[in-house]
Amino acid sequence: MSLETDASASDGPPNLFAPRRRRLFVGRRGVVASTLSSVVLLAAIVAVFYLAPGGAQVRYYFFNPHNMWVSFVGDPGKGLSSVGLGILTNIWMFLLCEVLILVFGLLIASVRMSQSAVLFPLRVLSTVYTDVFRGIPVLLVMFIVGFGIPELGLGFLSHQSPAVYGCITLTVTYSAYVAEVYRAGLYSVPNGQLLAARSLGLTHASTMRRVILPQAIRTVIPPLLNDFISLQKDTALVSTLGAIEAVRAAQIYDSTEFNSSSYVVAALLFLALTIPLTRFTDRLIARDRARRLAGSQ
Amino acid sequence: MNDVVLSLSAVVKRFGDNEVLRGVSLDLHRHEVVCLIGSSGSGKSTLLRCANLLESVDAGSVTLFGQSLMDDRVDPDLVRRHIGMVFQSFNLFPHLSVLDNILIGPVYALKRKRSDVRSEALELLARIGLADRADEYPDRLSGGQQQRVAIVRSLAMQPALLLLDEVTSALDPTLVGEVLDLLADLARQGTTMLIATHEMNFARDVAHRVAYLDSGVLVEQGTPEEIFTKPQHASTRAFLERVR
Repeated sequence: MSLETDASASDGPPNLFAPRRRRLFVGRRGVVASTLSSVVLLAAIVAVFYLAPGGAQVRYYFFNPHNMWVSFVGDPGKGLSSVGLGILTNIWMFLLCEVLILVFGLLIASVRMSQSAVLFPLRVLSTVYTDVFRGIPVLLVMFIVGFGIPELGLGFLSHQSPAVYGCITLTVTYSAYVAEVYRAGLYSVPNGQLLAARSLGLTHASTMRRVILPQAIRTVIPPLLNDFISLQKDTALVSTLGAIEAVRAAQIYDSTEFNSSSYVVAALLFLALTIPLTRFTDRLIARDRARRLAGSQ
Repeated sequence: MNDVVLSLSAVVKRFGDNEVLRGVSLDLHRHEVVCLIGSSGSGKSTLLRCANLLESVDAGSVTLFGQSLMDDRVDPDLVRRHIGMVFQSFNLFPHLSVLDNILIGPVYALKRKRSDVRSEALELLARIGLADRADEYPDRLSGGQQQRVAIVRSLAMQPALLLLDEVTSALDPTLVGEVLDLLADLARQGTTMLIATHEMNFARDVAHRVAYLDSGVLVEQGTPEEIFTKPQHASTRAFLERVR
């Protein structure tokens, strides 16, 4: 039991070389290892795809270039909607919804965190609201809104297109999630900031607007973007109401032409939308992490 | 005396079952510097927070310029505009420049014109030798500089008194001096201050009165001379023994 740090000094310098079987993974040699493993994995996937008993059928029904192209551009003569045009519906839907959700979510979060006595009933309501809409599957809300509101006979409100009901559904459900994201962000600001602002005589509202919110926004952006990525995908759910967007157009193609390549086209189009946003979000998170690490040493 | 600025009488504060303040009475006169001493957890911070209504008072009363703050019609935001507070951990706003940290109170609480306050703020910064740092963000400043900016931030509100909550406790020993020097400066100019502190030498040199708080009870108060050289109570003597 020696407490000396150089107990081994008498045995000469210690061995610092990795054992032979691990040398492939050490230092710059790691590049070789990662390339090798990637090639092997890719080869395995391709092999399964080509050698599986139903491989040829899958290639015909899902990855047929001709069918992919026709479903992408559509064919009005045969009553085939274009998946490529359909995705535009998805795009305007989530662009519109994102703005509405940002505003509506913040409103709900602020009401929920307000302290005014007058707002008490709204405070209870906003709590119930977030509980309810985080708890019901989006698909069910879609049905309730999409088939329910037209039945109400509310004139203007009951005569909207399925895409509009889709937007209402997505705004209503995602606002509940986003309100919680905002709230977590607002609570992440240290309490000392609130104390300092209030002791300067700033009102609760001023404190929120000038001190707490600007600091919360930074922490809130990555989780918000994550929610928006799923929002982009969930615009596909309006297909259940009959709106002709990418997924519905692909369904129509499949049921008329008996070829599912249209689904792959829709999937690729969704990927083209979500991947840039996912990459961007990851970069923001990495930058945020770097900033925090630099701050805390 | 009729120049009492702040008066606490028999203030009681409980957190659940824990009675943090047990009937504390203390007057603060104009131009007076009172140092609150006592070990951590004795209730110094809570006392300061009750004074500017950051904490509610369970019994007793707080009076500012002869007006009870316990009255339902009192707006805490208006009260706090007359009472500056400086914290142990500075609590500067990290998303605002040094100048904006100082301007935020006068501009958004007092609704004064930004251009009017700006020159005052720069003057205050010049007094603490940080005029050239006005546009920097707080995290670029040393702890001592940050705390001096925090003091200036509360001064910009032109408060009737300052509450200072162990403002040097989070600082490197080498940076404590510059903050205490600023406080001594303010004391010389007649700033009314209630200072919770562990810096006994500072309390001895600068305070007009020293009050010793133990487990929520104000055991004794008097001139620094009285408290530091001939404390009347055993607990005060024991405390001073320990910090020496």
